[in-house]
Amino acid sequence: MLNALMKIFGKKEPSGKVARDRLKVVLIHDRASVSPEVMDHLRRDILDVVGRYLDINPEEMDISLANDEDSVALVANIPVTNLRHGGKR
Amino acid sequence: MSEVIVITSGKGGVGKTTTTANLGMGLAMRGKNVVLVDTDTGLRNLDLLLGLENRIMYDLIDVTQGRVPYKKALVRHKKVENLFLLPTSQVKDKSAVNPEELVKLCEELRKEFDYILIDCPAGIEQGFQTAIAAADVAIVVTMPEISAVRDADKIIGELGRADKENIKLIVNRIRPQMVESGDMLDMDDINDILSIDCIGQVPDDKMVITSTNRGEPCITMDKSTAGQAYRNIVGRLLGEKVPFMTFPKEGFFSRLKHVFGM
Ligand SMILES: Nc1ncnc2c1ncn2[C@@H]1O[C@H](COP(=O)(O)OP(=O)(O)O)[C@@H](O)[C@H]1O
Ligand SMILES: [Mg+2]
Repeated sequence: MLNALMKIFGKKEPSGKVARDRLKVVLIHDRASVSPEVMDHLRRDILDVVGRYLDINPEEMDISLANDEDSVALVANIPVTNLRHGGKR
Repeated sequence: MSEVIVITSGKGGVGKTTTTANLGMGLAMRGKNVVLVDTDTGLRNLDLLLGLENRIMYDLIDVTQGRVPYKKALVRHKKVENLFLLPTSQVKDKSAVNPEELVKLCEELRKEFDYILIDCPAGIEQGFQTAIAAADVAIVVTMPEISAVRDADKIIGELGRADKENIKLIVNRIRPQMVESGDMLDMDDINDILSIDCIGQVPDDKMVITSTNRGEPCITMDKSTAGQAYRNIVGRLLGEKVPFMTFPKEGFFSRLKHVFGM
């Protein structure tokens, strides 16, 4: 009933809820922020693993953390220079 | 068995020093031997909250730099004789004590005291690293505000990196009316977001200020709602199961006012 009344009077969303929603998003970003050093290690490890199966050019590889409105994604762009049957052994 | 508890927050002004003074006083009133160590060097306040500012002879830096044994620097509380303060320096800065020195000091203090409470400076720099170094338990104080909760989250992350696993949360300065009207983060929101064990919900209370004015922590005042919340926290620290306080709901007329935006 209170809520219905609030709607009629065009009251905005309660600020506590706005705060909660904003916090949830900002903390996803905060918690995912990774130091350049760690990114470097990650890059090296990914290269290492992917390179076991495919021929790739390390120079062209690009990895980053992409911040979306409400999520964070690890985005890797790794051009493959050569594909072999059955993979690299 | 003694316990070293650090009271920390990230953000300044959320109630670390108030919490340290009240919990220290409360534990001492329950018969424990308690020492409060102020590590907010350069911005010391704990002495004022306890009404001990005129009794300080030596400080933490004198002790860690070996000029006096710690017992000489301890200030005994005027009324509660098993409560002691180890004040810090008001002229030096936070780099004057390093983590190893504080760990060593706490090892000595453990022999004499049941509880060693460390009041931490704001921030996540060296002063913070020093303050948490010796702690068995970390109490993170926050307020139901977006910036304070964010900083608490950051501190929880830092505590994790320092391998501190026993972390408790106190939410301070809750305004029940604002929670009721949906204009303040409520406990469910905060618990959901931070997901650490909550041991206290302290309301915003004018008596915190009047008691600070007098140098007598509000936990000694029967009528103080914050004091009651702190007494409950002391019980929980001592292993008692104390239910959380319920705050009086807002009356019908003030609710109506909110509806009409008055
Ligand atoms: N529950 C409370 N109700 C009202 N005022 C409070 C409460 N807790 C703290 N305060 C006030 O907030 C201010 C900051 O508190 P303090 O304990 O010094 O914070 P910190 O040590 O984290 O910087 C002080 O003026 C104190 O009196
Ligand atoms: Mg303080």
